[in-house]
Amino acid sequence: MAAASKRKPTAPEAGTADVLTFFRQMLLIRRFEEKAGQLYGMGLIGGFCHLYIGQEAVVVGMEAAMRASDTVITGYRDHGHMLVKGMDPKGVMAELTGRRGGYSKGKGGSMHMFSREKNFFGGHGIVGAQVSLGTGLAFAHKYLDNGNVCAAYLGDGAVNQGQVSESFNMAALWKLPVVYVIENNKYGMGTSIDRASARTELHLRGQSYGIPGQSVDGMDVVAVKAAGDKAVAHARSGKGPYILEMMTYRYRGHSMSDPGKYRSKEEVARMRQEHDPIDRLRERLVADGLADEDALKAIDREVRDLVSAATEFAQASPEPDPAELYTDVLVRA
Amino acid sequence: MPIELLMPALSPTMTEGKLSRWLKAEGDRVKPGDMIAEIETDKATMELEAIDEGRIGKILVPAGTENVPVNTPIAVLLADGENLDAKMPAPRAAAPAMALPTAPAPTVAAPAPRAMVPAEPEAEGATTRITVREALRDAMAEEMRRDPKVFLMGEEVAEYQGAYKVSQGLLQEFGAKRVIDTPITEHAIAGVGVGAAFYGLRPIVEFMTFNFSMQAIDQIINSAAKTLYMSGGQLGCPIVFRGPNGAASRVAAQHSQDYSSWYAHIPGLKVVAPWSGADAKGLLKSAIRDPDPVVFLENEILYGQSFDVPVSADHLVPIGEAIVRRAGSHVTLTAFSRGVGMALEAAGALAKDGIEAEVVDLRTLRPLDTATIVASVKKTNRLVSIEEGWPFAGIGSELAAVMMEQAFDWLDAPVLRVHGADVPLPYAANLEKLALPTVEKIVAAAKSVCYRT
Repeated sequence: MAAASKRKPTAPEAGTADVLTFFRQMLLIRRFEEKAGQLYGMGLIGGFCHLYIGQEAVVVGMEAAMRASDTVITGYRDHGHMLVKGMDPKGVMAELTGRRGGYSKGKGGSMHMFSREKNFFGGHGIVGAQVSLGTGLAFAHKYLDNGNVCAAYLGDGAVNQGQVSESFNMAALWKLPVVYVIENNKYGMGTSIDRASARTELHLRGQSYGIPGQSVDGMDVVAVKAAGDKAVAHARSGKGPYILEMMTYRYRGHSMSDPGKYRSKEEVARMRQEHDPIDRLRERLVADGLADEDALKAIDREVRDLVSAATEFAQASPEPDPAELYTDVLVRA
Repeated sequence: MPIELLMPALSPTMTEGKLSRWLKAEGDRVKPGDMIAEIETDKATMELEAIDEGRIGKILVPAGTENVPVNTPIAVLLADGENLDAKMPAPRAAAPAMALPTAPAPTVAAPAPRAMVPAEPEAEGATTRITVREALRDAMAEEMRRDPKVFLMGEEVAEYQGAYKVSQGLLQEFGAKRVIDTPITEHAIAGVGVGAAFYGLRPIVEFMTFNFSMQAIDQIINSAAKTLYMSGGQLGCPIVFRGPNGAASRVAAQHSQDYSSWYAHIPGLKVVAPWSGADAKGLLKSAIRDPDPVVFLENEILYGQSFDVPVSADHLVPIGEAIVRRAGSHVTLTAFSRGVGMALEAAGALAKDGIEAEVVDLRTLRPLDTATIVASVKKTNRLVSIEEGWPFAGIGSELAAVMMEQAFDWLDAPVLRVHGADVPLPYAANLEKLALPTVEKIVAAAKSVCYRT
């Protein structure tokens, strides 16, 4: 657990407004995911549901380094990515409950959500598939010369998929504007990284292709933002892909049905107590006089209200019309 | 003893070629490894290399000669002291003196004679006689001129001009931005293409053969076919996956598979398998303009066959429509891709026995034009399905089920399937022939459902 240290962030300072936004966004993800876990337990959410709790600093810091017109694509642990990309928590939660008000009209579920409007391209259930797809989004950015960058997220489990290496090669060969964000939470489902990867320094995975890489404290949102700025600038300037290895941790199981026998309770508790990205930022905001407890409580209240409204919507929205079974198979049937 | 130099087979499907240029003249000395001549095959221009030492005694086939059959003597090589008066080896006894790739001259699976190919009933307006290969190239070129978002990517599509020469000239016209050589990396090529299509580009992804699409099938099915549905209609995928499908000639099990039923199984895909040149052009153009992912199954043996093809850049053939290639009242033969040629040949043979077969060219496998097939069977009351693929859960199985559901009361005989043998395709010439559909097998099946022997 070396990279996720308790030291204070030393990365370049973000502005006060930025830091408060980070806090709010991370808290929104945390509360949203806690509620999703609860709804799963109540049987309102079915199937696979992978919670992002613990990893919030990664997407929040990265989003701050990108533009709204940039594209984002990820795997199945995708709720946080959607929330920071500006997608409506109501639509996300209603998709989790499989209702017609969901982003995919209830046909996609937790792992398969998209917003063309917000430039979020999923939400993909096949480990590693999003890396080639994201490389294709970057290909389109370059082909259209639109100045956008794609952030393609993958986990430490996905890095060993063949198409990830294939994509690294093509992205470097063609200098595509893509940042590969490896969310290294140390376990690919129940297999720890040292049991799955011959070399565990995943930011070095691009070396064969000449892709620069950097290991980042993914529990520190300010450090993530700083690394994201650098990587995105590299990609946007035409120099090709960049790899960021975010050292992070998920507190919950791989999915809701994971008993988590592969790691100790103590390990999880230690990470929560010593490295939690939200607690760390909260301490810092107070210590630096950027916000007082009342202001932080107000943010917490606002976020809880948002999540409550999303939860109500997700339960009130009706199930899809049976006629929807046969729609959206083809654009032109 | 003088050695006859024979026209070599330089590709699995080559049956003849053009002797483009002699690099040696009569009287010149040659050593092993010297380039003697340039041969244009069905795929590429290749140099013919000497494997024996000697002197070119006589050139038998002049430069520029087209359609020189494989194994034709093209020159005589003399050893020191020999002259042309020496007794020539009997042509039949002569082993091929060269042929750099050691592929044996094909003695089976020659393409259907061109004379057998009937005129295109659907071709309207000005036409030109071109090969299927050229028709496919024209379709891509016309659509690339029409829409700057269309681009072609694949292995050897650009500088090599296409492994089967289908993309010949496209790099020169459209440049490296739009005609893109990729590494040998099918899985991620498919993913990159799908990702680009999600963003609104219109990729054409060429598989050197569809056999290699198995590396990429996850992206084709899980990403290209399913995302529109999983996104509630937000994210379409206007992409074409194309390349040769099915058996070529003597390339054995891993390079000969027919993926028709594999892809036709998948909701969210459109699957097209044309036979004629006009359909190759018109359907590929429709596929490129289509907003959905299209699997476009070509056939290597058809590439070299010539048809009358509409010249117009507006020639479109709609996806999802079968066509009756030959009308008949006794039995319906359904086929697609190369099978159509065999079905037409079989229909000709059957006619001599008084059986009038109706040949339905399916053209599109998904969505299948069941209305045309059912209408034909309601007329003939019999169906024989033809495909190269394996029988289990094949196109023929689907057709049999559709007949049960929609034409049960009209059937006078069980639906029969002519299909590839349920084995990995063998290499040996005789076994390969046994494994694949033939005109004879189609004739036998048609007679059987007509209760004739």
